[in-house]
Amino acid sequence: MRTLLDFEKPIAELESKLVEMKKLAIDNNVDVSVAASQLEANIEQLKKETFTNLTRWQRVQLSRHPERPYTLDYIENICDEFIEIYGDRNVGDDKAMVGGFGKIDGETVMIIGQQKGRNTKQRQLRNFGMPNPEGYRKALRLMKMAEKFGKPIVTLIDTPGAFPGLEAEERGQGEAIARNIRDMFMLKVPVICIIIGEGASGGALGIAIGDRVLMLENTWYSVISPESCSSILWRSWDFKEQAAEALKLTATDMLNNGLVDGIIPEPLGGAHLDYATATQTVKKVILNTISELQKLSPSERINQRVDKFGGMGAYK
Amino acid sequence: MSWFTRKDKGILTPTESKREAPDGLWYQCPSCKKAMHTREHRLFAYTCSNCNYHEKIGSQEYFELLFDQTKYTELDAMLSSGDPLNFVDTKRYPDRIKATEKKTGLKDAVRTAHGKVNDIEIVVSAMDFSFIGGSMGSVVGEKIARGIDYALAHKIPFLMISKSGGARMMEAGFSLMQMAKTSAKLALLAEAGIPYISLLTDPTTGGVTASYAMLGDFNISEPGALIGFAGPRVIRETIGKDLPKGFQSAEFVLEHGFLDFIVDRKDLKDKLSSLLGMLA
Repeated sequence: MRTLLDFEKPIAELESKLVEMKKLAIDNNVDVSVAASQLEANIEQLKKETFTNLTRWQRVQLSRHPERPYTLDYIENICDEFIEIYGDRNVGDDKAMVGGFGKIDGETVMIIGQQKGRNTKQRQLRNFGMPNPEGYRKALRLMKMAEKFGKPIVTLIDTPGAFPGLEAEERGQGEAIARNIRDMFMLKVPVICIIIGEGASGGALGIAIGDRVLMLENTWYSVISPESCSSILWRSWDFKEQAAEALKLTATDMLNNGLVDGIIPEPLGGAHLDYATATQTVKKVILNTISELQKLSPSERINQRVDKFGGMGAYK
Repeated sequence: MSWFTRKDKGILTPTESKREAPDGLWYQCPSCKKAMHTREHRLFAYTCSNCNYHEKIGSQEYFELLFDQTKYTELDAMLSSGDPLNFVDTKRYPDRIKATEKKTGLKDAVRTAHGKVNDIEIVVSAMDFSFIGGSMGSVVGEKIARGIDYALAHKIPFLMISKSGGARMMEAGFSLMQMAKTSAKLALLAEAGIPYISLLTDPTTGGVTASYAMLGDFNISEPGALIGFAGPRVIRETIGKDLPKGFQSAEFVLEHGFLDFIVDRKDLKDKLSSLLGMLA
């Protein structure tokens, strides 16, 4: 059973009507091709109208769509081979942060990302994509390993935030994220960061310092989720739509404000409707960007990385 | 009917917290309720002479406590906030800034100064919690970044005094990227081998903890300071239990290995210069 967001429903209704019409035509042996193609055109039209005029809150909903491809889905669809690597060599293995070496069209790449679960059991295992400190430390360990072997790094960001738990505090959640942010600036290999779903605050930034930071079309990236922002600034959970508008958290917003480097288009209606197209687009972008970045020397990349983030801010 | 009727209900002020002196002359410790003369309080570096409670203080007080003969040069004093997102919640962001400027006399939540601590040259960035909860927006990020640049250019140590609730929501994405900007500069400072001391004061939470505050060669704090990534309320809601006593206090953070030492504010200046003297 597909999960449908409110604004997906009218389209799904027309689509099921089309299926019914075609079935009727076959069963009763009548020609409905004219009506069917009319209906198909209507569907296409409605899709375009809906998905080119999404509100910011609707984008947030799409970014959290339960059928959306997650990090391991990208890895599976992009890599010819992949060896997952576990653990932070310190306290454990964080299932909310996955990573390993993969081969993409002959190119070895370190891929790291937050991982969400698909059903209740998996969600629990993956802690809803909210890493603990050991997740960030595992990520950094893998990045340093990639640097050692001269392999480019790709991070896939999809998290509602770093886990705000008791043990997370005891083990230094803040320190873990801070160290990642600082050390990622000095990585000698190319680093590409792609927001594939939710990019919530420090939990996202902890693996999102790169030579290129890209956002998929239907994702969000900001300092806080619209819900939490609403609860703090409006003192109620009911202003999430307004908060989403105010935060200017979509890919277009972030690009216009010069806070990310580019947008990766998704199939019409969202990445969840067509994994093949979505993942292949990402694959192409990764390969092109790597070859672009490899033209620069490590110190050029580091300088540009530092200067880019160093220039972000609005003040008088 | 009685002759006298109480007009206000529920007057429950305990005797010891009744104010009997005019504002500004006496300081009453919120922890042990002892009253002391404000002059005496200042002499004790704004700590309680009875229970050693460390009162929250701002950049001005820290500069006066630290710099020799309270002489220092403030850097980038006039930098003030833009409104890149035209942010409106219950108030327009520029209005909020203006109101806060008027109330506090500050331009934003951090001030940077260059001066000498027991004859050792140093750059100090100190945060002001009174300015929108010490929240980190573009101005905070930029002033800290420039402070680090100054330390780099003059090869002098950098001291960051953090006191912040975290990111400034009204600058959303811009605020988030200040974590990256400041950390980038600290990476350069580390490469150059210049000492960075991070003093985390009450409270230091959120994005500030998850960036420059935790990146010191020395992460130090004052007794009893609240230090954490997530705020206590959020954690309580997440785990659905009350938090253990002393959770996220400086002492707790030290026990878990994330602070180098805790320093009494009265000893701060001497301990800083002693430490920096050993590194020179």
